[in-house]
Amino acid sequence: MTVAILTENLTKTFGPKVAVDNVSFTVPAGKIFGLLGPNGSGKSTTIRMLCGALLPTSGRAEIFGMDVVKKTREVRNLIGYMSQRFSLYEDLTVEENLDFFGRIYNLPAKLLKSRKEEILLMAGLTENRKTLTAHLSGGWKQRLALGAAMIHRPKLLILDEPTAGVDPVSRRIFWEIIKKLCATGISVLVTTHYMDEAEICDIVGFIFNGKLVSFGTPAELMAKEGKDSLEDVFIEYVERTTGKKVYDFKDLEKFIGGKPA
Amino acid sequence: MNPKRFWAIVKKEFLQLKRDKPSMAIALIMPVMMLLLFGYAVSTDVDHIATAYLDLSRTPESRELLAKFRASNYFNLDYPVNTTAELNSLFKKGKIKAGLIIPPDYTEKLNRGQIPEVKYIVDGSDPSIARPALSSGVLVGQNYTREILAKKYPQIAKNSISLIRAEVRYNPKIRSQIFTIPGLIGLVMQNLTVLLTAFALVREKERGTIEQLIVTPVTSFELILGKLVPYVLIGFLSFTIAFYFGINWFSVPMQGDTLTLFALALCFVAVALAIGILISTVARTQLQAMQMTIVFLLPSILLSGFMFPREAMPKIIQYLGYAIPLTYFLEILRGIIIRGAGLLELQNQAIALTVLGVFLLVAASLRFKKRLE
Repeated sequence: MTVAILTENLTKTFGPKVAVDNVSFTVPAGKIFGLLGPNGSGKSTTIRMLCGALLPTSGRAEIFGMDVVKKTREVRNLIGYMSQRFSLYEDLTVEENLDFFGRIYNLPAKLLKSRKEEILLMAGLTENRKTLTAHLSGGWKQRLALGAAMIHRPKLLILDEPTAGVDPVSRRIFWEIIKKLCATGISVLVTTHYMDEAEICDIVGFIFNGKLVSFGTPAELMAKEGKDSLEDVFIEYVERTTGKKVYDFKDLEKFIGGKPA
Repeated sequence: MNPKRFWAIVKKEFLQLKRDKPSMAIALIMPVMMLLLFGYAVSTDVDHIATAYLDLSRTPESRELLAKFRASNYFNLDYPVNTTAELNSLFKKGKIKAGLIIPPDYTEKLNRGQIPEVKYIVDGSDPSIARPALSSGVLVGQNYTREILAKKYPQIAKNSISLIRAEVRYNPKIRSQIFTIPGLIGLVMQNLTVLLTAFALVREKERGTIEQLIVTPVTSFELILGKLVPYVLIGFLSFTIAFYFGINWFSVPMQGDTLTLFALALCFVAVALAIGILISTVARTQLQAMQMTIVFLLPSILLSGFMFPREAMPKIIQYLGYAIPLTYFLEILRGIIIRGAGLLELQNQAIALTVLGVFLLVAASLRFKKRLE
């Protein structure tokens, strides 16, 4: 079994605040791994350490056997990253953005051209290739960002809350693309707080206050806690950790902070 | 007006101001800084004018004349020279603002009752130095002729008011524009380049695009260098426009070599860019970058000698000016355009500019870490 992501006691502190607290897990290649947790629980910090954008305070992490601190360059060639906030150039056109990132990843001109066509097709942006990115709607922007993250055919795709603030139809299209990509052998790490999305994942990890409180396939977790939805499983975890009663999903929002599915 | 709502806004504004550290720093530090800078730097009282003297006569009489100049306190006769070439070179370098040439037959002519011709040359480039230098020189000459010569050689004093012949070099009519336009070309280019580059990186931070860039294999060096090149070109283009427009519109004669000027201008563009990059590694938003740029630009206007002659400033302030790249570039611009100086005369400024540029670029690259922290 090839290991896509491995973390060992991964820890990050910002001053006195422990953002990520001794997180250890192993994700095999070719799976969709969903990292779940309320806002501020340490999901983005974990992801940024995996990308080599933040240095871990202690512990370590590997992407396909490459240490993220010692082999940052190699790791960056293996991963495609899509940040929570749209971070392509709004003052460049769709095509110019893809060209730019393709060249940053040092793709030969011919390969870049064919990849670009592929991505435009996948994202349904073929007709909008000359459109300024600023003029695209939320769903299209998100698919373009995914395309830019895919331009160098990474082995691992890291998506930080890719569907936040995107309409339901676009969300569905997006997940169809993710599933197709995964079927071609690409590993995916995705953070979300939509429970229906969590159930699509092959493996889920639940982070709460910087700690990884559960890890496994959705079916395993539900069976272990004797619940029939992931939502109930997580309510159970939150209650156990905080010692407070969570009555329904509305209550869970206090901890999760996002919009319910 | 509802006082409660009004106070709510006042209070909110104070809370935000308190947290906006750069604005607060500017509000509190700026007044003292401005007062100190303006107080010391804004002085147009030029005395102790750097003066060279070529005494070809070497007699007690010629030394008497020199002593008279020295005693006036307007002149610092620090540069004894042996040839006219030496004197000219000092002028071109900008080391001296005035020069005195006493002819070999000075004493003989006096003894024969003839009028010797003592040449007094003033560098006309900077009117605020040239005007007082010219009038002081003439005055000293007249006094000397009247007070001292009249006693020993009454017939000379009768025939002549002064044995000093004044000559203004480089800017004979002492036109202000000839001096201000080259300086402005430098200042405008500095401001533009620093501002453009300061915004370049900060914009990526502010819009979040840096986050996508950081996770790619691109290195800090590639990123900084890649960002610099377009601005070097734009800065250089803007220099070219400013130069040709300024020179032709205001009829400033170009005395020196254009190629040398452009080569050194390219050097200076790189320095200004490095300053911009340095600012953008510190600032988080474009507003902060703007504030920092202003904090940097003000002293550079005052201390570089753009507005007020550095010669009139206290020594400490003069030394502070050496830390500002614009100081050197202004000397280069004025040297080449007004006095026709070449690389030979301006080598010190060229070296200083290069050293500062390399230092600033290294500092900027070190400051910029390709991580999010």
